[in-house]
Formats: sequence, structure tokens, C-alpha cells
Amino acid sequence: MSILVHSDTRVLTQGFTGAQGTFHSEQALAYGTKLVGGVTPGRGGETHLGLPVFDTVAQACAATRVDASVIYVPPAGAADAILEAIAARVPLIVCITEGIPVLDMVRVQQVLHRSESLLIGPNCPGIITPGECKIGIMPGAIHRPGKVGIVSRSGTLTYEAVAQTTAVGLGQSTCVGIGGDPVKGLDFIDVLDRFLADPETDSIIMIGEIGGTSEIEAAALIRDSGTKKPVVGFIAGATAPPGRRMGHAGAVITGGHETAAAKIEALRDAGIHVSASPALLGRTLLDVLTGRA
Amino acid sequence: MNIHEYQAKALLKGFGMPVLDGRVVRSPDEALLAARALGGPVVVVKAQIHAGGRGAGHFTDDPGGKGGVRLARTPDDAQEAATAMLDSTLVTRQTGPAGRVVRRLYIEAGCEIARELYLSLLVDRATGRIVVVASQDGGMAIEDVAAATPERILKEAIDPATGLSDYQSRTLAARLDLHGPSIRAFTTVLRAAYEAFVALDAAIVEINPLVVTGSGDLVALDAKMSFDDNALFRHPELEELRDENEEDPREREAARHGLAYVGLDGTIGCMVNGAGLAMATMDIIKMEGEEPANFLDVGGGASRERVAAAFRIVLSDQKVRGILVNIFGGIMRCDIIAEAIIAASRETGLSVPLVVRLAGTNVEQGEDILSRSGLKIIPASDLGDAARKIVAAVRAEGDA
Repeated sequence: MSILVHSDTRVLTQGFTGAQGTFHSEQALAYGTKLVGGVTPGRGGETHLGLPVFDTVAQACAATRVDASVIYVPPAGAADAILEAIAARVPLIVCITEGIPVLDMVRVQQVLHRSESLLIGPNCPGIITPGECKIGIMPGAIHRPGKVGIVSRSGTLTYEAVAQTTAVGLGQSTCVGIGGDPVKGLDFIDVLDRFLADPETDSIIMIGEIGGTSEIEAAALIRDSGTKKPVVGFIAGATAPPGRRMGHAGAVITGGHETAAAKIEALRDAGIHVSASPALLGRTLLDVLTGRA
Repeated sequence: MNIHEYQAKALLKGFGMPVLDGRVVRSPDEALLAARALGGPVVVVKAQIHAGGRGAGHFTDDPGGKGGVRLARTPDDAQEAATAMLDSTLVTRQTGPAGRVVRRLYIEAGCEIARELYLSLLVDRATGRIVVVASQDGGMAIEDVAAATPERILKEAIDPATGLSDYQSRTLAARLDLHGPSIRAFTTVLRAAYEAFVALDAAIVEINPLVVTGSGDLVALDAKMSFDDNALFRHPELEELRDENEEDPREREAARHGLAYVGLDGTIGCMVNGAGLAMATMDIIKMEGEEPANFLDVGGGASRERVAAAFRIVLSDQKVRGILVNIFGGIMRCDIIAEAIIAASRETGLSVPLVVRLAGTNVEQGEDILSRSGLKIIPASDLGDAARKIVAAVRAEGDA
């Protein structure tokens, strides 16, 4: 089982006919994702990858049931694409686009909060329930159905956690990349809440990084939940200098509580098993699960 | 992107911010003329570098001397101050020990100071809104105020649907213990700062200090602005304000190739795809006992050209004694990455140990291509293995 997406999730691609939208839609179809079509303004009525193209999200939603949309629209138009999906009442919106202006996301977030839609991202790899539904740019082949829930701000570091858990014989229930931007949709606490409530998720890996305080809020949530599900954590950026933006728009230390050390301490205090090394995420979790740690 | 104080003041003035009259100069003679033109009993000579703490800083050629903000009572004094400061290296709490060379000065009219306040605007992650930060403790570093007396820091979030409302400004003014005409003046100041922030996609607008004069007027005595790099595409006019002398040439070159690079002090160069994995790679190098020379994210589409550019940039750092390439290919094919690495190694005449860890699609073909290349590339099976191998290789070279 899983959170947020599963084998019946019907997905719409926004920015369908562009290079990114085309490539990743092909990959999603090959993985078995139930793609129902896509949106490219001005190309409505055409067929692309054997699926219908719509001019607007509203038209697509009128024509067929849409449970989720995925956005591959370039940065200048991406916030508008999110707003369009919210207006069409798409339940789950996954925005892959990197480089959206922060003030665009400030405007999006206020509308989002007044809506029923959930947003994942932007600047994220997406979400996957292995063997059922892949929405985003992650490589499907490294995943394996299982019971580890993974949530992370980083794309390729999520792949590390996936590959390592697969390698030690565990699999994943759902993997959610929440993205590296400072203003975004679902945060750690939103995803962790769902993992804690999901009967098919037995353990959790959360991967944070420097900047912001959402890992500290996540630690408080885990502590207060009293959960028996083991949680393994890792925080990237122990060697990052303060005040410098490390690639991700949100990965910058602007205060003492935003450092890797402060977050690691908060995670440990909450009973989370912090992996000292990013190479030992899978091993650390396996040791906890088998009672060796 | 950061800009200088005088540039920030010019931009903010366009939105109605009260600032003092001033001139930017690049030579002592210009400083003399500027001071004469401004007149008045005193002018202030201010070093223009992209770092705060200038007044309390020192110049490397005069460690016990005055800082980067000096009062001049005559035009000759201003010229003398300019002579001392221009082309000298100023060290402040924000520059690091290397300091920054001063190439421009701002000569500004003097002003009577009754009180010093603090004011800034930035995007608050927790609320997803622009937030105003204000304090009665202006003229000092806000981090120090936050640490010592957090209750003296006021915050007001702005609803993007309505924008800044004047009642919010008046409320803040009252909490800052402003009275009479100063309340209206504060409303003007905050409106200017907010409108500039939104119109120019700022990342921060900071007025520290915001001065209250004896007659109750407000003046932005210092101003700092930086901009959201993701939004620069819609503000081409801001590019003209870029001062390349203030930027690391490697970081600038990296940005030109769509790479994110941050120079550090260690000896092991890194080339990684993805920001989180790039940070984690730095961390694991440190765990193995060495220090990373840089952060470098080559991004998702590591083409031959980008990999070559990344190699050139990493190798242009003289401290680099070995390179660790860590690519989780994901959908990107490892065979293509391997070819790009080989081409870049040949092109740059690589002379330091190179450890390559590839993972993801077509990893076997990729590793095969690397091993058949005839180059001295050390393959690694995972992240931990890669870190151990590059540290061992660099130490072996050091011993040889």
C-alpha cells in the first residue's frame, strides 16, 4: 500500500508536448502509471504518445477523471500552471520545475491554502509508489515495492536512500520528494503524518538538509506521535558554510537553528536514528529493524 | 544577486525611500569633488563592498586604523580618506579573513541622528509570506539582537492578497515608539521598501540603521538589497548593477554553464548531480578525514560540454589535489556520462587522482567505458567506497 498515489491514480501531464514532458511521460507510461493525457495550450485536439492533448486543465478534467497532475512547464510559467490546476480542483499537483521565482510561490501558496488541492514541490523529483504509480523524474528501476516510506528535500539523495534500501532487501511503500525550494507545497510534517497513519508503511527514512526549520518541526511531530515505527534520518550539509546557497534555493544557513548540527540534535532528541553517513541509510534502517541498533 | 549600498539606495529612492544626497566615486580626486559638491559641515566616506560590518572593519595595510566608514569635515579630509581606502583590502565580520578590495566609495552627506532603528523585509519560509522585521536596536547586527534580546525584534507578515496595509505600518511605528510626524514618515519608508521588494523580486531589503533625526524625519542611512536569482529573467535591468569584482570568478563561470558551484577551503574537488547529494558528498569526504574543495551540482542533464566545464572549474582551484565524481544517473544514462568524463579528462589534461562513482541506468556499460579508456580513473562502487578511495589516493600522492 501507499500514501497519496496508487495503481488507480489517474495522471495528467501539464507541459505535455515539450521535451521534458514527453520524455518523462513516456517513462511513466512504461512504468505503468495511468496517464490520461496532457495539456499544452494551443495543441488541444491533437494526440501525443497515443493520448489526448487538451488546451486547458479544466477541459481535461471535464473530459476525464484526473486525480493528479504533474507539471513540466518552464519556470516563467510554472506558478501559473499550478494555479490553473488548483482552479480546476485537481486533488494532487506535482510540480517538477526548478527555478520558479520565490514571490510566485508566495502567491501560489496563499491560493493553495484556501483550496482542497495538495501540492508536491516545486523543484522536486516527484512521488512514486513502487510497482503502481510513478509521477516525476525518478528512475523507476531502482525501486521495489515494500514498507519503507521515504521523504526528502533532495532528488538524487532520495535515489541513494531508495537504492540502499532496495540493496539491503527492503522496499519502499511510497517515496516523496518535497523539493529544495524555500516556499513549497507539502512539507516533512505533512508527509510524515501520512506515513505514520499508513498501515502499510512500517518504517520511515527522512532526508533533510541545511536551511529552514522544517526538519525540527518534523522531529517534534515524530516525538509527539509516540510512534513505534522506526525512523532513520540524515541531514545533508554539515560541511556547508553559513550564508551560502548550496544549489537548492532553500539550502542556505541564515541562523543557528538552520545548521545540520542543530537539526541532527533535534532528530536524535526525538528518537530518530540519525545515520552518520549518507552511504549508510539502508544499513542503519536494516540494523534498527533487525534489532541490531 | 547582491548589489552595493549606493545602488540599493538609488533603487529604493525611486520608490519613495528617504535617503541622503550622495555620489559614488572611484578615485581620491572624484572624492574631493563629490565632497565639495555635497557641502555641509561633514560628509561620510563609505567603502562599497558586498559585505556588512564595514564601519567596525579594518584594512589589511592598517590593522589598527580606522574602518570602512569615515567622517570627513573638509573635502581635503574626504580625499585623504579615499586615498587610504581605495584599492586597499577591507576585512569585516562578513568578508572572512581574506577581506575585499575596495574599488568604489560612496560619499554621502552627513545627518543628525536622534535614534537608530532596524528594518528589513524577506520571505518567511514558515508562513510563505513576505515578513517585515523591525527593531528599536538599529545600527547593530540583527543576529546579535535576536540572540541577546529576541523580545526586541518585531515581525509583521504581509498577506499577498492585500499587500502591505498602512495600518500595519502605523502599528509597527507605534511599537517602535515613534510619535507625531515620524509615524507617517515610517509608513512612507515601509511602503517604499515593500513596493521595491515586490516590483524587483528582492530576496532581502535591509535598512540598518533607519535613522530618526532630531526633527522626527526618517532617513535610510544604510541599505542592502539582494535579488532572487530565479527571477532575474524578468529584470534584465538589474544585470547592469552586477559587480563582477565582488563575485568569485569560478562561481560566475559555473553559472554561465548552468552549474551551481561554491568554492570552499579543502583539497578534494567534487562533481556531483543534485544539490543534496553534492552536500552529502562533501560531508562524507569530511567524515573520511579530508576537506572538500567545493560544492558543485552539475544538474540533471550532464552533457559532455557541461562536464568539461565542471572539470575546468574544479581544476582551476590550485588547492585541488584530487577529484571525486559522484553521479546517481537515475534516468541519465551512465554510459553517456562516462564518455563525457573521459572527454573532459583528456581535454583538461587531468593530473590529479580521479575517483568516479556511477549509479543508475546503464551503469555496467559506463564502468566498462571508464576502465577501457586507458586513463587512470579509480572506479568506486558506492558513496562510502568513493570517499574512502579519493582520500586514500590524495594521501598516497602526498606521501610520494
